[in-house]
Amino acid sequence: MSDPKTSNGGATERRFKVVGTRPIRHDGIDKVTGRARYGADVTLPGMLHGKVLRSPHAHARILGIDVTRALALPGVKAIVTGADMPPVKSKTEQSGEGTTNPRHLSDNVLAKEKVLYSGHAIAAVAATSPHVAEEALALIDVRYEVLPPVLDVRTAMRDDAPILHPDLRTHGLEPKSDRPSNVASVVRFERGDLDAAFASADVVVEREFDTAMVHQGYIEPHNAVAKVDADGQATVWVSTQGPFEVRHFCSEILAMPLSQIKVVPAEIGGGFGGKTTIYLEPLAILLAQKSGRPVKMVMSRAEVLRASGPTSGSHIRVKLGATRDGRIVAADATLAYEAGAFPGSPVWAGAMCLLAPYDIETLRIEGFDVVVNRPKTAAYRAPGASNASFAAESVVDEIASRLGIDPIDLRRKNGAREGTPTPAGPRHKRIGMLEVLDAAQASPHWAAPLGTSSDPAKRRGRGFAVGFWFNAGLQSSATIAINPDGTASLVTGSPDIGGTRTSCAMIAAEELGIPVDRVRPSVADTDSVGHTDVTGGSRVTMATGLAVYEAAQDVKRQLCERAAALWKIRSEEVSFADGKLVAAQGDHEPLTLAALGGKLSRTGGPVVGRATVNAQKATGAAIAGTLVDVEVDVETGKVDVVRCTVIQDAGRAIHPAYVEGQMQGGTAQGLGWALNEEYVYDADGTLLNAGFLDYRMPIALDLPMIDTIIVEVPNPGHPYGVRGVGEVSIVPPPGAVASAIAAATGVRVPALPISPPRLLAALHAGDRHAEAGRAAAAR
Amino acid sequence: MATVFIPAPLRRLTAGHDRVDVPGASVGALIDAIDALHVGFRARVVADGELLPSVAVAVDGDMITQGLDEPVHPDSEVHFVPALGGGASPR
Repeated sequence: MSDPKTSNGGATERRFKVVGTRPIRHDGIDKVTGRARYGADVTLPGMLHGKVLRSPHAHARILGIDVTRALALPGVKAIVTGADMPPVKSKTEQSGEGTTNPRHLSDNVLAKEKVLYSGHAIAAVAATSPHVAEEALALIDVRYEVLPPVLDVRTAMRDDAPILHPDLRTHGLEPKSDRPSNVASVVRFERGDLDAAFASADVVVEREFDTAMVHQGYIEPHNAVAKVDADGQATVWVSTQGPFEVRHFCSEILAMPLSQIKVVPAEIGGGFGGKTTIYLEPLAILLAQKSGRPVKMVMSRAEVLRASGPTSGSHIRVKLGATRDGRIVAADATLAYEAGAFPGSPVWAGAMCLLAPYDIETLRIEGFDVVVNRPKTAAYRAPGASNASFAAESVVDEIASRLGIDPIDLRRKNGAREGTPTPAGPRHKRIGMLEVLDAAQASPHWAAPLGTSSDPAKRRGRGFAVGFWFNAGLQSSATIAINPDGTASLVTGSPDIGGTRTSCAMIAAEELGIPVDRVRPSVADTDSVGHTDVTGGSRVTMATGLAVYEAAQDVKRQLCERAAALWKIRSEEVSFADGKLVAAQGDHEPLTLAALGGKLSRTGGPVVGRATVNAQKATGAAIAGTLVDVEVDVETGKVDVVRCTVIQDAGRAIHPAYVEGQMQGGTAQGLGWALNEEYVYDADGTLLNAGFLDYRMPIALDLPMIDTIIVEVPNPGHPYGVRGVGEVSIVPPPGAVASAIAAATGVRVPALPISPPRLLAALHAGDRHAEAGRAAAAR
Repeated sequence: MATVFIPAPLRRLTAGHDRVDVPGASVGALIDAIDALHVGFRARVVADGELLPSVAVAVDGDMITQGLDEPVHPDSEVHFVPALGGGASPR
């Protein structure tokens, strides 16, 4: 547990009473006693159970679907296929953090003409029990024309590759191309004379890297319960990070008016970005419409892995040139990311984050969004940045090693600061890169001896890497109602995936001068709160918290008016301080919220404060550093993490324990990404490890306690200085682990995961190269 | 005049220049001014009177919220950055 280290020169010197403390979360007791209601806990009278028939083929045309036998099974009440969905126009539209194409979304929910990955949904059945529904799936007859699958970006980008979407043209090419392609889009950033810059470098390192497709690994599978009333009004209970997105997407692809869909967000058992889109919700609505009864659908673990949204595998080339004193003078990078079956990988974010921690004048970065016959990728905690950081940080580390410069010192020499142009062009605002590096170098971990193992087969190494994430702003709404007893009911529209209902309650408590347990936070459905964008992009405590802050100002203004009415003075003569209404003059006893709360009805009625924000201009980007010690068994290739410290700029830690939790959680996921996790497909495109036994995520026994150091470089765009904290900690671990292994073994592995078989092969190849070198030297 | 940085793929329209200084009080006005000098630029970033969904704009480091009506200052720096998250098939 660490106390946040605040960097002076920040936005505010305010002394907080609630912010910075560690209260027990409001939802804690329900969560640990099992009373919290998750999506799969929802049960309605007459409810049916839905199951999905999924393609066994990675790439095939659907020649026909016959549901006759399935419909005849007793207990089956409705079946839907792609033919039951309305046609949807292909267009790109803004949605949350990025863009979507509703036609692709519809085709992913239920395949129409083609199946594009093994697991792609073809039909859905509603029956009186999940077992009957499962039985009915086997009675649906589908005829396919199997097509050759394309499973990796390099194959997909070849001129002779099978084409997934004959009408897909590469966006971003100039001049435009009319050739069908698996490359959905290209992004490119370029500035300066690259050839001249590389020519001026004393050392140039160019490497290529591959990263595997990985999954967010949330414990709670996707679920949805839908009912459709006789008037056509649909209500959907769902585990989601974005109830307003669910409403919008369902409206678009089902051609239903927005006002006819109400989405109720249930408690959520993890999302990490994977629950920012839709899978089961439209199917549950369609089945409910067709059967006239509520329908519940819950994915199995295998379905989650096969058919929800993992994040992209990638192929990345990075070339950096540096002068002898460690200054990086040139950068050239190419990134190709798997989008999965439909366009929309986070390659644009990867390209923008790859070198964002650094001040590099001359660069060229090109990113390709490539469709392959795998599930459509979805966001995963700083989407796109971990892949890119692994590649860039590996090369930065190699340059440091070649030049004999301390890896943190080299990063400091090239560190971005306020005003530094980002790779995409816009200049950094105030950013904590240097402060994170300083904290890393001053940490007990950095100063500690690495130690050695008593086992001669085990080697230790230490690695360090940094990462960057933008953090999103977007839109949020909040209301605060003052109750007669002076407590506050806080309503927001942000599903709580990391303790944000409490961080938002803390902001309200701070502003209203009351204890946090006198604020009752709730997360409302889409009919009960103003539009609120997705819980994602590390935005909720910053942006929804900003709406809460503004709503509290509205409350205070109204309370001043009510006190003035009671005291028969002007509202300008009343101030709000330390939770009390105070008259500037006269003999008026200050009023607490509890005292005034009971008098609101006779001063004009209830007091409800409201606010909406578009927080795009309030965001503060985040930097994190990961310091890791590993122990490598050179006989088995197994890597143990023996010590790990994450250093992160939080701006202002509202609830330090939850900030630390985010830092540790992101780091644990990054370590799994580095060492073990990968989708394993056979040549036909069938996922071979569709379960947690074989899709190996780290568990508590695999990792040491992850130490945390919170750095606070206040975000000038926010009244408290808050920066988003949820994502950036997942970015540096793969690069740090790769560097630690290189330090331990002398071998740098340019691929993730650095699993035992891959590391052993690299070690043996390294031995063969070393032996060949020795033999050559001896001749 | 505001400085507008031209995205790399569109520099073929601006004779290779990576930035253009143009007058204008809004993002839309700047785009029109660039298009007057380098015909075809507007069509690459605007459709149906709005910025393309795949295009985001930063003015002085802040992502804009008012689209083409976003005000700019005489010394503003304007960047076009991707808002890409999905592609459109022209069916």
